[in-house]
Amino acid sequence: MTDTRVKSIDRQGLRLHPLPLRIMHWTNAVAMIIMIGSGWKIYNDEVLFGRLHFPDWITIGGEQQGALQWHFLGMWILVLNGLAYLIYGTASGRFRRMLFPIRYRELIADIADALHFRLQHDDLTHYNAVQRLLYGGIIVVAVIQVLSGLAIWKPVQFSELTALFYDFQGARLVHFLAMAAIVGFLMVHVALALLVPKTIVNMLTGGPTVSDAPARGPQSEVAISPAAAVKGAK
Amino acid sequence: MSARTPSPSIFRPKRVIDQSVLEENKKLVEEINRRKLLRGAVSLGALSLLTGCDVTDRAAVQSVLKAVSSFNDGVQAVLFRPDHLAPTFTEAEVVKPPRFNAYYEITEVKPVDVGNWKLELAGLIQDKRPWTAQQLSELPEQELIVRHICVEGWDYIGQWSGVNLRQFLERVGADLTAKYVAFRCADDYTGSIDMPSALHSQTILAMKYAREPITDPFGFPLRLRMATKLGFKQPKWITSIEVTNVYPGGYWEDQGFNWFSGI
Repeated sequence: MTDTRVKSIDRQGLRLHPLPLRIMHWTNAVAMIIMIGSGWKIYNDEVLFGRLHFPDWITIGGEQQGALQWHFLGMWILVLNGLAYLIYGTASGRFRRMLFPIRYRELIADIADALHFRLQHDDLTHYNAVQRLLYGGIIVVAVIQVLSGLAIWKPVQFSELTALFYDFQGARLVHFLAMAAIVGFLMVHVALALLVPKTIVNMLTGGPTVSDAPARGPQSEVAISPAAAVKGAK
Repeated sequence: MSARTPSPSIFRPKRVIDQSVLEENKKLVEEINRRKLLRGAVSLGALSLLTGCDVTDRAAVQSVLKAVSSFNDGVQAVLFRPDHLAPTFTEAEVVKPPRFNAYYEITEVKPVDVGNWKLELAGLIQDKRPWTAQQLSELPEQELIVRHICVEGWDYIGQWSGVNLRQFLERVGADLTAKYVAFRCADDYTGSIDMPSALHSQTILAMKYAREPITDPFGFPLRLRMATKLGFKQPKWITSIEVTNVYPGGYWEDQGFNWFSGI
């Protein structure tokens, strides 16, 4: 009895991108822009790579102290929103459903297809292996970015953490490289979203309802989170 | 449901606090809160609309940034581990000479005449007699080989020695429960730190670098050197120390750099 009722709610209500996820996505977008823009300004004061400076017009915060203030404001938005996302993604089964499994063969085939501009994008509710790798990978990079940021902020209080990055400059280097990976991801992500504008609409409106558990994912996760499904429907 | 009856607690005063002041000023208090709330709302709105800021928006954004910075002061005070030691290094790793930084160039450093120099004491200190360099150098000496980290992102390993600040404050009868220790310098630089960081065992009033008297650009005859804060929190050419409960600010802090700046 209850089972079928839960299922019917799912049928009507579970969107590809439920409301909490959409809020977290755009919050993260704002936080990332603040962190990258202000981080570039902070970097300029002591560059890691010879002549690599970021022009002032693409940085955030004006003076150095302004950039630092923005960075340590954006930090809270990024981390709190990121934690909420990790909890939500794990508890709702979204990570398991959307990002796993990443199979080596599918990945190779999808990369080959992508390089030949043959990669199918008919079903937006299903991520191909390349998307799974990128979306899963960028979560890992973001976690590394936060950890290396903490190691730079508190190399004495968190000296054990900083030691994981070798030393203070090691943590700065990792922080820079992870930033570069995030910026690279963003460029691909935004470019592809612009190529398939429906994906942007989906991230604003919620997208198509997911009628049933997808073929590849475990069957149970939709049923175990009726609360998330109801929220998503609102 | 009945209202909760006050439970007997040692933290609860037996006599209820007189509410008349609050009643009389109720309107004013509500007004202040409302104003704050409105300002907060405007500020949050401004944060999401970074483009097209006008002057009022910019002031609102500034007040949010400032509020977050002082919130971060509090967070850092909580994160501070009083007994946790900063990593130390060997003499072979020491960089000589240390790296210079001030709000002016190294060529503009005005050497301190140690003959006329005195360390003045002020504020919540019992024995405010000034100290000469000679007297200070006779105090027990502590050596620190620790990493100096600048807010700009550079660092080097330095070897500093001088009297432990906690021992010095105890010797002159400073109120160790006060909130701040403030410094004034010969070049008009000012700075202040929180008491727990001042009492950390790796905080010293340094007179020597690599076992030699500190040279002029690096703070001769006396500078603060602590393992738990960024470089700009460590004034050079100190001329006075004050222990106080009134927030003293500082040269860079007043321009928007984070006050606690612990590492």
